[in-house]
Amino acid sequence: MVKGRQGERVRLYVRGTILGYKRSKSNQYPNTSLIQIEGVNSKEEVAWYQGKKMAYIYKAKVKQDGTHYRCIWGKVIRPHGNSGVVRAKFKSNLPPKSMGARVRVFMYPSNI
Amino acid sequence: MAPKQRTSRVTRNPELIRGVRKHSRSQMYHKRGLWAIKAKNGGKFPHHEKKAAVAEAVAEKVSKFYPADDVKKPLSNTRKHKPTKLRASITPGTVLIILTGRFKGKRVVFLMQLSSGLLLVTGPFKINGVPVRRVNQAYVIATSTKVDISEVNADKFDDKYFAKQVEKKKKKGESEFFEAEKEDKSSLPVEKKDDQKAVDAALLKALEGVPDLKAYLGARFSLKSGMKPHELVF
Repeated sequence: MVKGRQGERVRLYVRGTILGYKRSKSNQYPNTSLIQIEGVNSKEEVAWYQGKKMAYIYKAKVKQDGTHYRCIWGKVIRPHGNSGVVRAKFKSNLPPKSMGARVRVFMYPSNI
Repeated sequence: MAPKQRTSRVTRNPELIRGVRKHSRSQMYHKRGLWAIKAKNGGKFPHHEKKAAVAEAVAEKVSKFYPADDVKKPLSNTRKHKPTKLRASITPGTVLIILTGRFKGKRVVFLMQLSSGLLLVTGPFKINGVPVRRVNQAYVIATSTKVDISEVNADKFDDKYFAKQVEKKKKKGESEFFEAEKEDKSSLPVEKKDDQKAVDAALLKALEGVPDLKAYLGARFSLKSGMKPHELVF
């Protein structure tokens, strides 16, 4: 990672929370996760986010590729319900410890 | 036969799957119009007298290697990609926000779309450090700010301009292996720096006219608390 510029941190992603897996009362389906995106409160607002990439970033003890940080990539699939919750699929399923954790929802692939 | 300028012929008999063509032998006979050629020639196929056999100038080189099993010839693929469609919001002179990569958050000026579909973009370099660069449309947000680009000449740039410089690999002997393996990293050639300056000079003049535009391009875009991208108008 080039640390050419210091200091200016730009946030080009929207914060999201991992709520859990897609589930019914007593069964859960871990291949799809539910994400609450900050500021998105209705089904219609989710349309902008559909297809956008997201990343779940976590730390590990062992350095991989020169860093302790690791990432699972995924994307927004479709809305879930009427209140802005979103379904997301990740490259590999999210680990259960990620529930309640932060996810970054990026603004690309962009359509504006 | 007078050599006419012909465009390369698309095959009349496409392959459906490997080894199976669409038309049978007799269908191809009809398609090629051999019946018409024969009719013109009075019922026979026209042939010319055999010329004296040209001496085999070069003896054909016998191949040293024959593969053990029959090697299948891969299917020919003549599909061509369509050029990427440019979003209506992106016109030459639009200010774009780069979303990803080294220059994320930077506001840059769009120059033109290259034949590969990528967008040609420049900082200008003096203002925000973004050189003449290619960027993919999907990783860019188009703002409604437009800059007058009529003075800028970006014809010099195409995809080949940005290709990686291929260095010739020299086979190293044992002794040379330990010596000076690393050649010093070539700094940007002077021509590229001059190209940058040429493009930017024209662009900067256009930017002077608009108040605050230089500061705008110098600043980076960032989401702040409470900003919702789906409600923002760019």
